[in-house]
Amino acid sequence: MSFWFWHGLRRGIQSTRYPRAPESARGITPGRPVDTNFASAAEALQAAAQCPVDAITSQGEQTFVDLAACIHCQRCHFGGPRPLQWSGDFEWAQLPRVKDTHDPLPGYFQGSVHIMVVDAGDCGACLREVKQLNNPLYNMHRLGMFFTATPRTADVLLVVGPVTTNMRGPLLKTYEAMPDPKRVLAAGTCAITGNIFGTTFASAGGLGTILPVDLEIPGDPPPPLAILHSLLVVTGRKPPAPRSNDQWTVRTQGPGCRRRGTDAVLNS
Amino acid sequence: MTTASAPHPSGNLENLPTLLEARFGGSASLSKASDDADLIIDVAELSVLPALCKYLFEEAGASFSGTIVEESRREWNIRYLFLFRSGSWAYVTVRAPIETKTLPSIVAGVHAADWYEREAEDLFGLDFEGHPRLGDFVLHNEIWGEGLAPMRKAFDARQQHFKQKPDKNWRPILVVQDPGAFAMPVGPVYEGGLGESIHFLLETVGEDVIRAVPRLFYKYRAVEKIAEGKPVSDVLLLAERFSATSAFAHSLGFCQAVESAARTTIPVRARRLRLVLCELERLRHHAGAIEGICQSTALSVSEAHAAIVEEQLLRASCAFTGHRYLFGLNTPGGLRRDFDEAGCRDLRLAVDTAASQLRYLEARLRYSSSFLDRLEDVGVVSPESARDLNLLGPVGRASGVCRDLRRVCPYAAYPEFRVEAPCEQEGDGYARLRVLFAEAQESARLIGEVIASLEPGEIQTPLEQDSSGAALGWVEAPIGAALHWVRLDSIARVERYRILPPSFRNWHGFHVAVEDFAFQDFPIILATFALSAAECDR
Repeated sequence: MSFWFWHGLRRGIQSTRYPRAPESARGITPGRPVDTNFASAAEALQAAAQCPVDAITSQGEQTFVDLAACIHCQRCHFGGPRPLQWSGDFEWAQLPRVKDTHDPLPGYFQGSVHIMVVDAGDCGACLREVKQLNNPLYNMHRLGMFFTATPRTADVLLVVGPVTTNMRGPLLKTYEAMPDPKRVLAAGTCAITGNIFGTTFASAGGLGTILPVDLEIPGDPPPPLAILHSLLVVTGRKPPAPRSNDQWTVRTQGPGCRRRGTDAVLNS
Repeated sequence: MTTASAPHPSGNLENLPTLLEARFGGSASLSKASDDADLIIDVAELSVLPALCKYLFEEAGASFSGTIVEESRREWNIRYLFLFRSGSWAYVTVRAPIETKTLPSIVAGVHAADWYEREAEDLFGLDFEGHPRLGDFVLHNEIWGEGLAPMRKAFDARQQHFKQKPDKNWRPILVVQDPGAFAMPVGPVYEGGLGESIHFLLETVGEDVIRAVPRLFYKYRAVEKIAEGKPVSDVLLLAERFSATSAFAHSLGFCQAVESAARTTIPVRARRLRLVLCELERLRHHAGAIEGICQSTALSVSEAHAAIVEEQLLRASCAFTGHRYLFGLNTPGGLRRDFDEAGCRDLRLAVDTAASQLRYLEARLRYSSSFLDRLEDVGVVSPESARDLNLLGPVGRASGVCRDLRRVCPYAAYPEFRVEAPCEQEGDGYARLRVLFAEAQESARLIGEVIASLEPGEIQTPLEQDSSGAALGWVEAPIGAALHWVRLDSIARVERYRILPPSFRNWHGFHVAVEDFAFQDFPIILATFALSAAECDR
C-alpha cells in the first residue's frame, strides 16, 4: 500500500500556475467567437445567420457576439460558409446585464472562500467542469477555495443548469440557508439564459429570473479555468471581464442593425 | 420474478409468425416490416397485450427496450420496443381511440416496463391497469397539480403550471414498517452539490439499507416536448445538450434516426470518424467513472491519478475537435468538419498515454486491499435480476448481460471492426470496475485501429429533400444502449421525438444493488453504477 505514497511524491506538482502566470496548455478552453470584420455587409449578415440562438448580430461589415447567449455549437467556427474569428482565452466571468457595479466579497474572503454548488438541471458538463477544479491540474485549494457540503458555511452559491421547476424549491432553500455576505454565480449559458431549453413549464429560463445574480460565467460549458477566474473575481482578486454583450446590446438597438433571419431593420 | 428462459427455438424470427398464430390466434398479427422496425406485431385485442409481451420477453428471448407513446389526432399509437438476440427490432403496436384512458399494464410479465408506464402516466395521463404504483414520478406531487399531461398535444409548454408554494403536507410513501424503522434522506443537493440532483430515501432499521428507491426527474427539462415542431437542426442541439457527458453518442443516435428516415448513406470516412469520436467519449467517460469510484473509497492518490487522465482526455478532445465535450460535430448526413492527419496523430498519442496510465492504475488498485475490500461482494446484482430488469451497458455486462449494440446490431463503422465486449458474472462493485477498465482499453485499441485505417474522402452526404416518416436510431452510449426515435413531417420538422436513455433503465435497477448493504456502502455502489441523472431526466 505504501506505493501510493511514493507514487504521489514521484509525480511532483502538476498544478497550473494560473493566476500567477498565464496558462496556455492545449485544450484547456474551447475558446469563444469574437467580434469580426467581414469584407461586405452581406457576408456579415450571413455569418450572423449561422447562429441558432441569435447570439450574433451584424452591423455593416462587422458582427458582434453576445457571449452570454453563446452555446458553443461551433456553427460559426467551422463547417459554415462564414466562420467568425475565435479567441483562445478563458477569463470570461462578467457582470450580468442588470448590474452595473462589481461588488466582490469583503477582503477577508481572499484567503478562504467556501463554495456551495447547486445542480439545477445541468446536463452534466458544467458540473463535471466544476469538479475538475478539485483535480491536481487545477487544485483550487492552493488558492484557499473549497467546496462545502452545507449551505450554512457557504459564501458563494454556484448554480449550474437552467433551473428546472422541480429544482426550484431545493435551490431557494439552499440560498436562504446561506449566511450573509453571500454571492450568487450563474455558471454556464443554461444558468444565464436558459440555453435552448428556454422558458417553459419545466424550466425557468435562467437563474436571473429567480435569484439576484452577481456574476455570470458564459460558456457551454465554461472550462475549469473560466470558473476559477469567476471565483477570483468574486473574491476581488481579479477584475471582471468587460461585458461582451455591451456592444451587442447597443448594436441591436442602434440604427441600421439587422438581426438573424429577418431583413427587417430594427429601430431604423 | 422471472427465471432464465430458453432461447427462441429457431434463434431467429423465421417461425415466429406460426408460433404467434398458435398462441394468440387472431388477436396479435404480424405485419410487414416498415422503415423503423424489422418486425411489427399488431395487437388487435388489448387483453392479450400483457401475455404477448411476456411471451416475447421470457420465451422468445427478446429484451424489452422501452415504450413510445404517440398521440395523433384521432388515436393513440403505442409501441412496445423489443430487441431480439439476432439484432432485429420488433414493435408491438397498440392503436386505441383517443378517448381511451386505460391500458393493460405489462409490468407483471416484463418488470423492466415499470418506469416506462409510470412515465407515460405522468406525461400523457394514461392509466395502466394492474400497475402496482403510478403517480409522483416525473411531475413531483408536492409542486405539480393533478391532471396535467404535458406531453399531450393540447398542452401549452410556455405556460407555468406549478404551485408557487409547494405542498407542505406531502409525504413520501414509506414501505418498511418494522419497529424502529426510519428513513434517511439523501439529496437532491448533496456532496456539496457536486452530485447530480437526485433524492434517495434510504429506509432502514439500523445498519443495513432495506429499501432505496431513487426519486429522479429533479432535472426534467421536457426535452421531448420542446423538440416538437422544431426543425431537425435545432433538435440536434437538444440531442447533444440534454446529457453532455455522452453528448456525441446521443447526437449520433439522433442523426442516425434522421438519416434512416431520409434513407441516406453516410460516407466511409465519416462513419469511421464517428466511431473514433464515440470511443473517445467512452474512454473519457470511463476514466471519469473510475475517478468517481476511487473518490468514493477515499483513495485520494488514485483519484488524483484518474482525474488527471480524464482532464488530459478532455484537453485532447478539445485540441482535436474544438470542444471538450464533443459538441457541434455531428450533423444529419455525416460530420460537420474533417480532421487532418496531424490532429489524428496527436489524438492517438493522447489516447495511448491515457490507456497506459489506466493500465498502471488498474495494476496498482488490484493490490490495494483496503480498496478492494470496499468493492468486492458489495452492491451485488445477480445475473437473474440483471436480465429481469434489462440492465444495460457496463452495469449489465458486469452481471452477465453481455448485450452490446456495437456487436448485436452494429452501426456507423462498427460492422467493419471487431469489437470485444468484456463480460463478467459476479455483478459486484469490483466486477463493474473491471468492466470499466477493460472497456476503456478496448476503446483505446479501437481508436488506434480505426485512425490507422482512415482514408481521405467525403465526410458528409446531403440529405434527401423528402425525409418524412418515422425512424429509430440506436447507439451504444458509454452508459449503455441509447435509442432515439423520431417522426419527421414533410418539411423536416420533428413531430415526435422519443429518447430512450440507458440511465433511465439502469436507475430502475439501482435499488437492487443497494438493498441489504450497509449505509457506508451506498456512495460506493452509487459510484460503481456511474449513471447520469441528466440523461435519465431529459
